[in-house]
Amino acid sequence: MADRPVLDAVGLTRQFAGAHGVRDVSLQVHAGERVALLGHNGAGKSTLMKAVLGLLPIDSGTVSIAGQPLGTVAARVAVAYLPEAVSFHPALTGREQIRLFARLAGVKTGDGDALLENVGLADAADRRIGTYSKGMRQRLGMAQVFLGKPMLALLDEPTSGLDPMARHDLYALIDSLAAGGTGVVIASHALTEIEARTDRIAILRHGQMVADASLKELFARAAMPIHIRVKAKHDAAALFDRFGGRRINGAQVEFAVTQDQKLARLAEVIAMGAQVADVEIIPSSLEDLYRHYSGQEERA
Amino acid sequence: MIRVLAIATTEFRILRRNRWLLTATGLLSVFALALTLSGATNSGALGVDLLTVSVASMTTLAVYLVPLVALLMSFETIAGDAERGSLALVLTYPVSRSALLAGKFLAHLSGLTIAVITGFGLAGLLAFALGGAGMASALALARLMLGAVLLGSAFIAIGYVVSAFSGSVAAAAGGAGFVWLVLVVLYDLVLLALVIWDDGGVFSRQVFPWVLAANPADALRLFSVTASAEQALVTGMGAAAAVLPRWTALASLLIWPVLGLLLARVAFARRVP
Repeated sequence: MADRPVLDAVGLTRQFAGAHGVRDVSLQVHAGERVALLGHNGAGKSTLMKAVLGLLPIDSGTVSIAGQPLGTVAARVAVAYLPEAVSFHPALTGREQIRLFARLAGVKTGDGDALLENVGLADAADRRIGTYSKGMRQRLGMAQVFLGKPMLALLDEPTSGLDPMARHDLYALIDSLAAGGTGVVIASHALTEIEARTDRIAILRHGQMVADASLKELFARAAMPIHIRVKAKHDAAALFDRFGGRRINGAQVEFAVTQDQKLARLAEVIAMGAQVADVEIIPSSLEDLYRHYSGQEERA
Repeated sequence: MIRVLAIATTEFRILRRNRWLLTATGLLSVFALALTLSGATNSGALGVDLLTVSVASMTTLAVYLVPLVALLMSFETIAGDAERGSLALVLTYPVSRSALLAGKFLAHLSGLTIAVITGFGLAGLLAFALGGAGMASALALARLMLGAVLLGSAFIAIGYVVSAFSGSVAAAAGGAGFVWLVLVVLYDLVLLALVIWDDGGVFSRQVFPWVLAANPADALRLFSVTASAEQALVTGMGAAAAVLPRWTALASLLIWPVLGLLLARVAFARRVP
């Protein structure tokens, strides 16, 4: 039973008259797994989430949440959601808002109060939401995600517009959510945080899933070049003749190598001896990887 | 049911916090008291008591003010939730759209009822204190309150329809204003023009009363005057009321809220958050 995914979407299709749909998308998420959902604006991230939540009718495909078919009450109970840049009625206090959600979820209102404490809103609980900062509103939104211990949580751009400290706090909450056994899907643009904070990365492009694997696997599969930057002692011309690549401000040369050439090329650099002042190895970044998968044009 | 009540208490709290409840109650009270006081100077001329005159004036007031207050309470609710992003969130909870609508309606109806009963009730107390109220006129007042609450609930529901169709709060506000103008003001003007043009023909005698009763705001006028001969005398609505069966106005007032809520439910179902 531990292997049964908490989210199992197969061949999900939802097309709009314009663009922004999703086409034949499949995604599995297991308990306690953190999956990053990446893609340009309009790639279909929000559409995919809303379809899985039952907010958007789907054209074809099947979705089950914790083994329950989409649209059933049991499926709704098992899933939690944090909409992008959510805000609540400014006239209510944080406590009133979380208690409303607790009642709707069918859990004790005391659970809501405890969650406010968990997200660090205990002091502001009885203040009106209208006075909250963006980070506080987002934490309130995050608090309701925890209500009723969901099997699956879908977070749409949870950190957009937050300062680094608030982002850090939010990711700590996401980690504790996953540690509690909830499968978490995070749609995001903040690539550098995703790198450390997720187990798997799924990339959508034009409504289609173009990648879905762990970060390590994605790097290996992409066979991204590694860059070597060599600094010359006096003149970079000799280095440039030798290795090619491109010259950087006269004294440096940078060239790309594949993983299996790396050591051989490095040995060549070292063999140049006194001509070389310094050498730097630059691994491909997550940004390069993202660009590789989401930017590539359809060739085949 | 627990979920409906949870939504209702929250919505009622919002109504109180953003001062709509206070504004609505204050507005109705001030106008009702002013009309009663001004009636105190000329009620003797018609040979009826103060409250009878006052109820007639308040009916005319209610026809304009109650739909306005009802629309102001309700127009924001769905479009506003959608704009804040909390509508999509609430709908992912195990709560149906019908339950959501029912909770909101319960809250807004309570708010409106409080405003109507306070406002018109204060006017009744004032008339009583001035010695110008009797059993018959007290009944007429109660009838006005009931009719006003029914009229208000129809316009609360119409407010939801407007809100469900509107992409933004601003659009919903415009839509609510437009609906009020058409149903409460222009409708009567068009009917008046037709009656003048028809000059006592078949339309005026046979069709006009029914068209009048079909509009909930005018139905309140008819409902309020069919109570007694005295009311018919002071409002001058007797002629139209005499053509219709007695149940027509009440039926119109009862059908509109139900129709409005059904329409709101359909409009809400079409909305993708």
